[in-house]
This record gives sequence, structure tokens and C-alpha cells, in this order.
Amino acid sequence: MTAVESVGRAIEVENLWKIYSRTKKNRYGAEVLHDPQRLEALENDDDAVLAVKDVSLWVAPGETFIIMGLSGSGKSTLIRCLLRLVEPTGGIVKVNGEDVTAMNPSELVAFRRRQVSMVFQHYGLLPHRTVMENVCFGLRLRGETKAVSREKAFEAIRKVGLEGWETYHPASLSGGMRQRVGIARSLVMGSPILLMDEPFSGLDPLIRRELQDELMRLQEEMKKTIFFVTHDLSEALRLGDRMAVMRDGRVVQVGTPEDIVSDPVDDYVARFVQDEREQLNRAERRMANKAAG
Amino acid sequence: MFPESLQYHIAPGVNHFVDWLVVSFAPFFDSVSAGILKVLLGINDFLDMLPWWVIIGFVALTVWGTTKKIFPTVVLALLPFLIGIFGLWGLAMETLSVVCTAVILALFFGIPLGVLMAEISGAALVLKPVLDAMQTMPSFVYLIPAMMLFGLGKVPAVLATLIYALPPVIRLTALGLRQVPSAVEEAAVAYGATRWQLLRDVRIPLAMPSILAGVNQTTMMALAMVVVASMIGARGLGQEVLLSINRIDVGRGFEAGVSVVVMAIVIDRITQGVAKKWEPPKG
Repeated sequence: MTAVESVGRAIEVENLWKIYSRTKKNRYGAEVLHDPQRLEALENDDDAVLAVKDVSLWVAPGETFIIMGLSGSGKSTLIRCLLRLVEPTGGIVKVNGEDVTAMNPSELVAFRRRQVSMVFQHYGLLPHRTVMENVCFGLRLRGETKAVSREKAFEAIRKVGLEGWETYHPASLSGGMRQRVGIARSLVMGSPILLMDEPFSGLDPLIRRELQDELMRLQEEMKKTIFFVTHDLSEALRLGDRMAVMRDGRVVQVGTPEDIVSDPVDDYVARFVQDEREQLNRAERRMANKAAG
Repeated sequence: MFPESLQYHIAPGVNHFVDWLVVSFAPFFDSVSAGILKVLLGINDFLDMLPWWVIIGFVALTVWGTTKKIFPTVVLALLPFLIGIFGLWGLAMETLSVVCTAVILALFFGIPLGVLMAEISGAALVLKPVLDAMQTMPSFVYLIPAMMLFGLGKVPAVLATLIYALPPVIRLTALGLRQVPSAVEEAAVAYGATRWQLLRDVRIPLAMPSILAGVNQTTMMALAMVVVASMIGARGLGQEVLLSINRIDVGRGFEAGVSVVVMAIVIDRITQGVAKKWEPPKG
């Protein structure tokens, strides 16, 4: 057991499956998972989409864990299963030791209000509400008073550098600023776990980098557990403590970013990290040349 | 020709059914009628109590408040003058009270039904053909039984208007709710919104422009029914139109017709202006 494991696990996923029905005609229940023949038939069934296949992983408290994969690899479905925005077909999700998959609807609502906050690629802000009201949104949902919510929201808005924009509507903000609102909305909840679904993918490279730096700075002081989905390897390398690479619904490799770049488990991962390796090699050669010269 | 041997009539059955309704449910229909009449008379008394310049002032203020433009404000405030000049102000207020009552009832039933239609997939299946029937069934077909059940006068007129004016608000409420972007709904659910909170704080506010377009359509539909409603004894501008048709007094009919149009334009602009206020700000 490693040192990280012994201090407990913030997120634990065991044998998680999600099977969609393309035509919405079928609903695949957990029973198909116990029938290997049926499962194999579903692999070739036009109607069934096996978005997440038998995924098991864990995330330590305070860790930034990256899920990386191309679009369609099941990473967005996986992150949605963690708070049951998508209902898993089978498997277990535990967050801070609590079994999310066993919660009844009211427990689930309480869990979403206190334990996890999510940041979305498409922001998901309320267009008819101001920045302030959007940041207050989650607090108001769980019944905090307007005054208390506003006070907390001011703090969060200041943290993401949006002071002075409180009364603006999302439509009058740039993409980067909208995502800052999205981040403020998640921070204000004070939940120990942050789920981020490609939060910076829609932004241009400079803004993306700026927000990555911002997130790292915030993480320095907050020490939250971050579950971060991206298709961008350099983002994964910058932010991640550990990462998992997904392909066709399966996790093909888990490790530190360095492990994965230096020791890819198969061709798929190798191709994914190739660019990054080339750059590293080039930098190393240059450094060696410099040292030699 | 369609073979005669295959003919079968449901007419006697419908007749019996209506007769049975009239006999067995008379107290029920009487109390419904009394309730509607109470609302109607309340609105009518209120409108009668207001001096004409208050109403024109209200129109001007609302238009100014929603558009902040001088020209439409002045034009829309001057238009109702025409009704007064033609000597039709009192009748117009009676028409307005029928329209208001029908619209209030339409919103009272229509918005919840629209929510139901969007939330429960089976509800749409049942409601849609009913709405189609309400909009296309020639109005005289239900005017006669409405008269038998509720007597002559304004109450059957309100109900006939209601039947005609209800579908748009139901349809547009359901449409608006279905068009709420799934990304916004998903975020609200992720932050722990219950189904009711999702509806109240996210879906209905985002559907509001569409719902108000439905209110606008419903009001227009209600105005379009006033002439028909006058045939079952509802006083108002429709009665004036009916009278002048009977007397082939084209000029008098024109005055009443213009008054209906003026009311339609003013109400349309006011409700549209209010609807605009609800649209999420852009840029």
C-alpha cells in the first residue's frame, strides 16, 4: 500500500459500466453485466452504446486526477456517473466513503449540494441571471439566505478575478470570463471535491493557459480533490498528479503523467503521448548539447 | 359514393348526452356560471370605474416602460381615442372584460397544462389531438351546447372564447420548456436542484419568452372571438358589428370593426413589450 492509499480515498470507482440505448427503446439493466454472452452480443449491437466499460479507479484526497481520452472514449459519461447526472448501468461509485450509487433521490440531492461541485465545458450558466446570481445559485438551492450567499459569492468572485462584473449577464462576458463564473460557482459551495468536464477546451490557447495557472494557484490554497476531464495532453501534464487514459470506454493506463509519457502501455497511449515525448526529447538533447558545448 | 349501409350516426348519442348533462348537472353548471360571472362583473366594474384617461395613461406608460421610444408611445396612446370618438368606449370595455376573463382563465389552466405536457410524455399524446380539435372545431358546434348549459349572455361567451384561446398558451408553454438548453438544466441538477427547483428557477424563467408569446397569441385569439360570442348574447363591440350587419349599415360596422382592431393592436404591442423584457439579455 502506498502512502497516498493509506490516508483514504476521496473517490472510488469499482467496475463501473454505462450502456446507452441509441434508439432509447431498450434500457439495459445491471443484469446484462452478469451475462458474458449477452455483453459480447451488445458489443456488436447497433442499438447499444457501451460508453463506460468496467472502469475501476480511485482518487486520493487533495489530488488532481486527470481523465484523458479522445472524444467518444467515455470520459464525459464517466464524470457524470460520479454524481449520477448519468445513471450508471452497474458498478459502485463511492465518494468520501459514501456509496453514491446506493443513494435515494433526496440523499443524492443533499450529496450534490454539499460534497461535489461541477464545472462544465459549456459553462451551463443561467442566461437570465447576473454573474452574482449565477454564483449564488447553488447556495440558494440549498437554502442559504440571500445575504450569506452574496457574501460568500463576493469572496469567490474576487478569487477568480471578476470583481466589478457582478451585475453583468453571462451573454456580455467572453468565454474565459464565463468559465471564471463557472469556477466561482463551484468554489462558493465549499465542497471538498471538484469535477471539471473539459472546462478549458472551448477557450483559445492563451486564455486556456491563463485559467490553468489560475486553477493551479487556487488549488495551492484550497487543496481540493479535483477530477479533471480533458483531451489535451499538455493540460493533463501541467495540472495532473495522476492520470488515467481512456479508450473506447475502458481505462487503458493509470499513472503519473511522467510514467505515462515515458512508459506508455500500448500503441494507443504511445501515439497519444508521441508529440509530448518528441518535445521532451528535443529539449533534453538541447540541454545535453548545451552542457557538452 | 360511400355505401349507405356503412353509415352510422353518433348524433343521437351526443344529443342524449348533452340533454343528460343539462338535466343532471344543472346545479354544477349554475355554480360554475355564477363563479365566472362574478369574475367577469368584477373586472367590468373595475374597468367602468376607471376614467378613460387613466386607461390611455396606462397604455402610454406601459409602452414607454417597455420600449422607451416616443413614437410608438404616442401612437399607441392615441389609438384608443378612436374608440371613444366613435362612441364605443363603453362597449369596448365590456368586450375587454370578456377578453380579460377568458385570458385569465386560459392562463390559469393553460400554463399548468403546458408544464404537464412538457414534463410527462404521455400527456402530450392525449392533449395534442384535443388541442387540435379545440382550434379547428367550428365554434358554433360548441356554442349551442354552451348556451344550453350556461344560458345566454357573457358566460358562454367567455367559455367559447376560452376553448378557442386556450391551445396557444398550452402549446407555447410546452414548447418553451422543451427548448431549454440541456447544458443549463444539467448544471442546475448537478448543483442539487430538485425537480421543482429546476422547474421554478431554471425551466420556467428560460421558457418565459415563449410562454408570453403564448399569452399574446391567446389574447389575440380571444379578441377574434368577440363577434361570434356576441351571437349568444354577449354585449360588447361584437354586438355592434352584428347589429350593423343586420341593418346593412356598412359605416357603423366599420367603426366597430376598427375599434376591435385598435384593441388588438394595443394589447398585442403591450404584451409583446412585456415579453421582450423577459428575454435573457444579449451582449
